[in-house]
Amino acid sequence: MKNKVAENFQEIKERGGTALIPFIMAGDPDLAATFTILPYLEKGGADLIELGVPFSDPLADGPVIQEAAQRALAKGFRLKTFLRVLAKNRGLVSIPIVLLVYYNLIYQYGPERFLAEAAEAGVNGLIIPDLPPEEAGGLRVPAEKNGVALNMLVAPTSSPQRIQTAAALTTGFIYLVSVRGVTGERPALPPGLPELAGRVKELTGRPVAVGFGISQPAQARQISSFADGVIVGSALVKKLAANACNSPVVAGEEGGAFLRGFREAMV
Amino acid sequence: MNALAKRGYYGTYGGQYVPETLMRALDELEETYLSCRQDLDFLKELHYYLEVYAGRPTPLYRAQRLSEELGVELYLKREDLNHTGAHKINNTLGQILLARRMGKQRIVAETGAGQHGVATATTAAMFGMECVVYMGEEDIRRQALNVFRMRLLGAEVKPVRSGSRTLKDATNEAIRDWVTNVEDTYYLIGSVVGPHPYPMLVRDFQSVIGQETRKQILETAGRLPDRIYACVGGGSNAIGIFHPFVQDRTVKLVGVEAGGEGLAAGRHSASLSAGRPGILHGALSYLLMDEEGQILPTHSISAGLDYPGVGPEHAFLKDSGRVRYETVTDTEALDALVLLSRKEGIIPALESAHALACVLREAAGLPEKSLIVVNISGRGDKDMKTVAAETGVEL
Repeated sequence: MKNKVAENFQEIKERGGTALIPFIMAGDPDLAATFTILPYLEKGGADLIELGVPFSDPLADGPVIQEAAQRALAKGFRLKTFLRVLAKNRGLVSIPIVLLVYYNLIYQYGPERFLAEAAEAGVNGLIIPDLPPEEAGGLRVPAEKNGVALNMLVAPTSSPQRIQTAAALTTGFIYLVSVRGVTGERPALPPGLPELAGRVKELTGRPVAVGFGISQPAQARQISSFADGVIVGSALVKKLAANACNSPVVAGEEGGAFLRGFREAMV
Repeated sequence: MNALAKRGYYGTYGGQYVPETLMRALDELEETYLSCRQDLDFLKELHYYLEVYAGRPTPLYRAQRLSEELGVELYLKREDLNHTGAHKINNTLGQILLARRMGKQRIVAETGAGQHGVATATTAAMFGMECVVYMGEEDIRRQALNVFRMRLLGAEVKPVRSGSRTLKDATNEAIRDWVTNVEDTYYLIGSVVGPHPYPMLVRDFQSVIGQETRKQILETAGRLPDRIYACVGGGSNAIGIFHPFVQDRTVKLVGVEAGGEGLAAGRHSASLSAGRPGILHGALSYLLMDEEGQILPTHSISAGLDYPGVGPEHAFLKDSGRVRYETVTDTEALDALVLLSRKEGIIPALESAHALACVLREAAGLPEKSLIVVNISGRGDKDMKTVAAETGVEL
């Protein structure tokens, strides 16, 4: 079963574009705000949305996303409730939604059940930051069965062999972690990123989206010249946090405008 | 027993649930360790430092008055007599030698009570290496003396303000530092937790406790013990003393978790007794979490046991029934600390007092002259402020 994420990347490639992928934290500061903001992201030029699922111990994340998760959990975020609300409101956006979930939450849900219910709610793909290929084999069949794309991560420290193993499990896109480190804004792209992305594309034959540290339209422009997608996380989460509490609509408008800046800069 | 059925697994527990960025470093560490553990020069060097620097072997002491009072033969493995005051140095010496072999100049570590942080800062100072210790803000407040010791030893102590501001958050932060600086930094983990190969190599470095105990008890008592008790937080002192006896079916092994204010009250750190399997800090093991898998805050009077997870090998030993896990409350541990101080002139760490408290509870039901070993994993100096406060004294 072909999944929506792969189809989406195929379409963008055919028209010679680069995917813009904003990340926001589900339930930050509450679910109503999240679903108010989502349509503005699509209007701002997003091709795909990455929604973070709050976890108490997000060890791949820097302070901005850690705090977003804490805010959501403090307001009583529940994964089961979130999936139910997503199912009802999935129609608010037409582009694919990919969840970023730490593995314990999937493990506790039961991988088979989680994949079935997530797919039912309209989730099109998964990114699991603490699940290397060695531990990910069990998800392949249930993901395939439910048409949910697995998007494995590749890092600057990954050997060619590991990159190929990640590719074999990937049915959506490869999430290329641009730097050694955690999520968060960085002033410049690391040297050697174009070569790294080129190598990963060649080794995998999969679409490659670059994430971690991208906060400025100029960086997105650079990336769009050598990769298939650009992921913007912490910078957007920070932007939204200023108004999401009092006025989700204003936060959404600002977030949309912020994305528009990236969209226009990109090839 | 084939504990390592699949690489890095103890039964179904363990594994490597970490960001991809760290996988190469874990592979390198495993490779270095596997070659070091067969390298006579490495083993000789480790043995040298354990002897002349840490002060090993530690004595196995027959508790005279307590043995009489309890009607059993009670022996105490005196890990409290190690340099820095706890078993932690067995592991930090081993790992810092690995770090040197790997050419790493910078050490990062997490600490709860500060014992592992002090042991790491100590060995880093001895080898002239840069040392950064992550410690939860809440623990920094509770363990001011150890913070001062680490700084005196030249380490940088970085306060962690995320999450519950205790050991689990310090561990997250140490791992984040490692992800960021993985090329030149060695992550020196303090217990038998974390991704493979850490639980294996920390166990091996701590097994010196059990190897010595075995030799010493055979020399003094002429036979293997009937029971061995050790406290379990992450579980390194317990694995260290249990491991060389796991094949000896006649030796009953008892791990004692922190029951805090009692399991029913919900404020405790008893992951094996009250938790269920899940993934934290790179491994699958028993955890304290809510129904969806969010990690829960924990409580224990002893900061060293105040952790929501436990080493994956303990999870395996629990399920297989080879080790029995019990819990002891804050009050029972405190009473045991006072008793050992009064009866034997030994002030144990609050952590180790948990192991003794379990013996006190069970001794009456044991055959006379039962041979019991308790691992006194550390000394109590660091806990004096806590103990004083509990008894209404302000220091």
